Amino acid sequence: MSFVADPVTFIIDWLQRVLGGWGLSSGWVQFILFALGAILLTVGPMLLTVGLIWVERKLGGRFQDRLGPNRVGPWGVFQTIADMLKIFTKEYITPIGADKVLYNLAPILAVGAVLGVWAVIPLSSTIFGTNINVGVLYIMAVGAIGELGVILAGLGSNNKYALLGGFRAVAQLISYEVPMVLALLVPVMLSGSMGLNDIAGAQKVAYVFLVPAAALVFFIAAIAENGRAPFDLMEADSEIVAGFNIEYSGLKFGMFYVADFLHAFTSALVFSTIFLGGWQGPGAEQYPILGFIYLMIKTVIVYVFLLGVRFTLPRFRIDQMMAVNWKLLTPLAMAAILVTAIVDKLTPGGFGLVRIVALLVSNVGLLLITNWLVGAYVRAHRARRQVVSGPRTVVVAPPKPVSEAQEVNA
Amino acid sequence: MIPLSWFLILSAILFIIGLFAVITRKNSIAILLGIELMLNAANINIITFWRYLYAPSGNLDGIILALMVFVVAAAETAVGLGLILSVYRRRKTVVADDLDTLKG
Amino acid sequence: MTLMQVIFLANALVTIFAALMMVTSRKLIHAALWLVLCLFGVAAVFGMLEASFITIVQIIVYIGAIAILILFAVMLTQNAVDDSYKGNRRWLMTGLVALLALGGTLLALFTWPKVASLSTALTTAQLDIGLIGQALVDPQGYVIPCEGSSLLLIAALIGAIYVGMERKGEEK
Repeated sequence: MSFVADPVTFIIDWLQRVLGGWGLSSGWVQFILFALGAILLTVGPMLLTVGLIWVERKLGGRFQDRLGPNRVGPWGVFQTIADMLKIFTKEYITPIGADKVLYNLAPILAVGAVLGVWAVIPLSSTIFGTNINVGVLYIMAVGAIGELGVILAGLGSNNKYALLGGFRAVAQLISYEVPMVLALLVPVMLSGSMGLNDIAGAQKVAYVFLVPAAALVFFIAAIAENGRAPFDLMEADSEIVAGFNIEYSGLKFGMFYVADFLHAFTSALVFSTIFLGGWQGPGAEQYPILGFIYLMIKTVIVYVFLLGVRFTLPRFRIDQMMAVNWKLLTPLAMAAILVTAIVDKLTPGGFGLVRIVALLVSNVGLLLITNWLVGAYVRAHRARRQVVSGPRTVVVAPPKPVSEAQEVNA
Repeated sequence: MIPLSWFLILSAILFIIGLFAVITRKNSIAILLGIELMLNAANINIITFWRYLYAPSGNLDGIILALMVFVVAAAETAVGLGLILSVYRRRKTVVADDLDTLKG
Repeated sequence: MTLMQVIFLANALVTIFAALMMVTSRKLIHAALWLVLCLFGVAAVFGMLEASFITIVQIIVYIGAIAILILFAVMLTQNAVDDSYKGNRRWLMTGLVALLALGGTLLALFTWPKVASLSTALTTAQLDIGLIGQALVDPQGYVIPCEGSSLLLIAALIGAIYVGMERKGEEK
C-alpha cells in the first residue's frame, strides 16, 4: 500500500514502527495511536465547520433570492473567520442566579455529542476511528447525550423562556428518537450487522434504492433531531427568542452554533453511510482514498438537500410536530420494518434483480398507501372542522360628489 | 488481565453507597437516585459473572438478565416519578418524612 | 500493571468519587448530574467486560431517558429546602453500619475459591450481537422473559400516565 493509494494506513504503520523502535510496549503504542486519531477526528470536523457555515449562509441566501455574505473576501469566504473573531472576543455574561455547573456544562455536552458520532463512521474502507459492532446504536446513544446538554441549558439559565424552550426541545428530541431507531433497524436487517463498517461494505446496491420508506423516515427524523426547519421549534426566533440558548454569549453560544451546523453535516454523513453506500464507488476498494472522496461527495449532496429543506419550509407548531411523529412516522417506520422483513424473507438472497425490484416496489407501495391515508385523514379532519362563516364581500361606500362636501363645509 | 474480584469489589462499594443514599436522604427523588445506583451495581455484578463464568460456553443468561434489570429499572423509575409528582401536586412536598398521614 | 488494569482503576476511582459526590451534594440537580457521571463510569465497566450491547443500552436507557426524566422531576418539584445526608440524625451510625456491611460482604467473597480467576478470551463468533436477538425470540431461549418485559413496560406506561394525570375538578 503506497502513500498515494492509502495515506492513513501508511502513516499508521510508519508511526507504529517508529514508536515501537523507541521501546514502548505495543499496548502503549496502540494507546498513543488512538489518542492521535481521537485528536484528529475532533479537530477536523471543528475546522470543517468554518467552511460549513459559509456554505450554509451563501446557499441559504441564494435559496432566498438574495446574495448572502459577499463583503469579506471573494464571495464572502472569510465571513466566518470574521464571525469567529467576534465570537471569541465577546464577553461572557452569566445571568444572576444561574447554576454555574449546569450553565457551563451544557455547550460542552452539545458539541461533544456531535463530535462523538465521527468516531464510528467509516471514512473509507480502511480509515475509521473504531469498529464497534453496535455502531448504529452508538449513534443513538451519543445523540441522547446531546439532549442532556439541551435540558441542562434550559434548566441552568434561570430564565423562563430558556426553560420553556428547553422543555419543548427535549420533548421533540426524545419523541423523534423512536422513528429514527426504527428506521435504522431496516439497513441492519438487510446487512445483518449493526456495525457501520459492515453496513457500508454490504451495499453493492445503495439501500436508498431498496428501502426508500426507511430512508425517508430516517431523513425526516434526522432533520427533527437536529432542530432545523421545519422542526426548529427549539430556537424559534419569532416565538421564544432563541429558546434554550438565550442566555449564552461569546464562545459558549459559539459552541451551540457549531454544534447545530456540524450536526447537520453529521446527519448527512450518517445518511450517506447507511443508505447511500458510504465509501462505495468505482475503484474504492483498491484505492481507499477514493472512498473518502466518494463519501464526501455523497455527503455534500445530501447536505445541500438538507439546506434546501431548511430554507423552503415553514415551521411546525409543537402539536403538529408531535402529531407528525406519533401518528405518521412511527407507524410508517414499523410498517417499513414489517414489509421489508416479509419481502426479504420471501425473495432469494443476494442482490439479484428479483429482490431489488420486490423490495423497491413494496416500499414505494407503502409510501403511496401512506400518502393516500394521510390525504384521507386530512380531508376527514377538514370536514369535521366547524366553518364559522363563509367569506364576506367587502362593502365600499361610493365616494360623495365634491359639490355636496363643499355645501356641508360652507 | 483484570481479576474477577476487582469488579465485584467495585460493585459492592457502589451498592453500599447507594444504600447509604437511600437511608440518609430525605428527598424522595434523592432516594430514587440511590435506588438507581443500587440497580447499576447489581448489573455490574451480573455482567461480571456472565463474562467470567458463562460466556466461554456461549451461554447468554447474564446479558438477558441484565436487560431485564434495565427494563425493571426504567419501569420503576417512570412510575415512581409519576407518583412523586402526583404527591407533590397534593401535598406540595416531596420530603419523605412529611408523608405520614397513614401513621398510626 | 497492564494498560487495562490502569484504565480500570482510573475508571473505578471516577465512578466511586461521582457516587460519593452524589450522596453528599446539597442541591438535588447536582446530585442528579453526579449520578449521570457515575452511570458513564458503569457503562465503561460494561465495555471492559466486552458486553458491548449492554454498554450502549445503558447509555441510551439510563443517561438518555432515565436521567432526563429525573431532571424533569427535579425541575418540577423544586423546593427551597436543601437536602443533605446530614439531615438524618443518625447518619454517622448509618455510615458505620454500611461500612460494616461492605466489610462483611468482601470477607465472605474472599472465601470463595474462584474469586481471583482471570477471564478467558472470547472469539468474535461468541460476541455476535445476532445471538442476543435470536435468543430473545427463541422458544427454547428467552422469549417468555422478553414478552413478560414488554407486558411490564405497557403496564408501567399506562400506570405512569394514569398516576401522573391531573384530573379535572380535583382540588389543587
